[in-house]
Amino acid sequence: MTDAAVLAARSQAESSAPPLLEARHLSKRYHFGKRLLPGSGKIVHAVDDVSLAVFPGETLGLVGESGCGKSTLGRCLTRLYEISEGELLFEGREIGHVGARQLKPYRRKVQMIFQDPSGSLNPRRRVADILAQPLRVHGIRPRAEIDDRLRELMDLVGLPPGYLDRYPHEFSGGQRQRIGIARALAMEPQLIVADEPVSALDVSVQAQIVNLFADLRDQLALTYVFIAHDLAVVRQVSTRIAVMYLGSIVELGSTDTVYGRPAHPYTEALLSAIPEPHARQQCERIVLQGDLPSPISPPPGCRFHTRCPFADDRCRTERPLLRPLDDGRSVACHYPRTEVSRTAGT
Amino acid sequence: MIPPVANPDPTDPILRVGGLTVSFATDRDPVTAIRDVSFDVNPGEILSIVGESGSGKTVSLLSILGLTDPRTTTTSGSVIFKGKRILELPDREMRRIRGREIALISQDPMTALTPVYTIGMQIAEQIRAHQSISRRGARKRAVELLGEVGLPNPSEMVDRFPHQLSGGMRQRAVIAMALSCNPALLVADEPTTALDVTVQAQVLDLLRRLRKDFGSSIILITHDMGVVGEMADRVLVMYAGRVVESGTAEQIFDDPWHPYTWGLLASIPPLRGPRPERLASISGTPPTPANLPPGCAFAPRCRFRFEPCSNPPPRYKDDGHTALCFIPPEDRPRLRATVLGGERSAA
Repeated sequence: MTDAAVLAARSQAESSAPPLLEARHLSKRYHFGKRLLPGSGKIVHAVDDVSLAVFPGETLGLVGESGCGKSTLGRCLTRLYEISEGELLFEGREIGHVGARQLKPYRRKVQMIFQDPSGSLNPRRRVADILAQPLRVHGIRPRAEIDDRLRELMDLVGLPPGYLDRYPHEFSGGQRQRIGIARALAMEPQLIVADEPVSALDVSVQAQIVNLFADLRDQLALTYVFIAHDLAVVRQVSTRIAVMYLGSIVELGSTDTVYGRPAHPYTEALLSAIPEPHARQQCERIVLQGDLPSPISPPPGCRFHTRCPFADDRCRTERPLLRPLDDGRSVACHYPRTEVSRTAGT
Repeated sequence: MIPPVANPDPTDPILRVGGLTVSFATDRDPVTAIRDVSFDVNPGEILSIVGESGSGKTVSLLSILGLTDPRTTTTSGSVIFKGKRILELPDREMRRIRGREIALISQDPMTALTPVYTIGMQIAEQIRAHQSISRRGARKRAVELLGEVGLPNPSEMVDRFPHQLSGGMRQRAVIAMALSCNPALLVADEPTTALDVTVQAQVLDLLRRLRKDFGSSIILITHDMGVVGEMADRVLVMYAGRVVESGTAEQIFDDPWHPYTWGLLASIPPLRGPRPERLASISGTPPTPANLPPGCAFAPRCRFRFEPCSNPPPRYKDDGHTALCFIPPEDRPRLRATVLGGERSAA
């Protein structure tokens, strides 16, 4: 069962334990267009043959530009979306294609935090109701203990318990995101998938929430999949990084390896595009030309070849698979940008 | 046509804003959103205004352009553009300056473009509103402009509707529209916030090129310190409707004076070097204009507040660098080192 792609998906994991959550050749396709005639419409390959392993205790950062499929992948991992193809394993058990009833225990263990804290909280219910509902639905606590648990949750996310009687609109954006986090924690999950949890917040508040994520991870032994487009934030919270482009993972490795010496030309361009306040001396910038190709008709061969400065004929015809490099990370490129090729090639 | 305005010295600031104060009527008392904002924009300069949401960046710019609703907004202070007081201008004359001499690039290109006309028609409309030129001539100019901002296939793009373009292409179409009359001043309100980093790099590149090729001055409003570091010649830091610090980009990054600026710089995770265990965040949330604390507006969130902070803070000035804060100059490096670390010793 463990083929090369699945092994590549485990690259540079610190833990030798079996993965907590593992996606094998996972794909998500959307059909649109002429619905009455099957097979006549168009297909969007939002997530295309992704293999990815999440190990206990780690924070896996998922980065990429908008439209690269990182949110769709996140929602497939939590089974909010149906998976078109491939397997999803939680603690070794297949959960990708099981029904709602069998999925219920999994729902408890894997929770999601959303980008827009105001859109994901019911405006007509008090915080206490929002937090208590999952406890009741899953019968986690006896009714008498629910009140105590609510206070405990508010304390965990740094809000005064007196706020339990308030409505979502009475809070600022950062406080609302704290409530979203408290709701996810209510289930005592093992894994939290956070989809752009700080991108709607102001810089000073963003730092507070990033710190809260780190504190909770240490306190509650959580595992995160952290999806964001802000590469600096992802670097701060993640132990491993997966870079996505047009529905596929192009590079996967430990945070320091990927940020320090990006091997995929796309990762390299992405990192060089970030304006930096700390090091103000202009470093060499790679400005990618053109736009993201449409996922309806992705280019043949390497998906990145249309914008890659190093593409040749092989890249235009043969699609590179994610494969491990000598330094432990995995990359989907025929000509990874290792130190050797960097000095010799350019 | 506007008669050429006397502008004796080409090095004079093209825009001088002095003591700008803006308040809005609410169903209770009027709320002051902007208090005593003053700054100059020199020819060919990129001035960056930074601050968090609600700090008054956008309101100050809208009132400079005369785009606030006079029935609910009271504006005082002076705005002098090319030697002319423009706050007092009648609407008719202001309309001639807006779009022609001062152009606006807004944050969200989708709302800046109407979905029912092609981008070519929208650019041509703007050109024809300010110049007497034939339809065909305006269309030809629109194609040229789209080429100048780096859209591929401009002659084909000109007939596209906004929804047929990607976010980056739309923002470039908006920039093309802003450039159509060769404005002396370009006001960009968070022009790259809605864009991905690789597209942001393209748009920032374009703005830099415009300044070089046309000598336009640019006011760049952003909350991203990275964008500021890369683009700005001078920086205004706004908090709760006031300018809390201003200076050249070097002064702001190498020798920041105000604790709020320290906090902003420290809360950005670094991209290189060791990762800090925790980010230095600013506790609390910004105040709303309706319930500003007396004295220094930043005091409730400030780590270094002491007794005087309950009074309105003084403005320290030195060599064009100003800060609205009680902390005396000799104490700054020591206090700053506790937030930003010691390596940023006053350069």
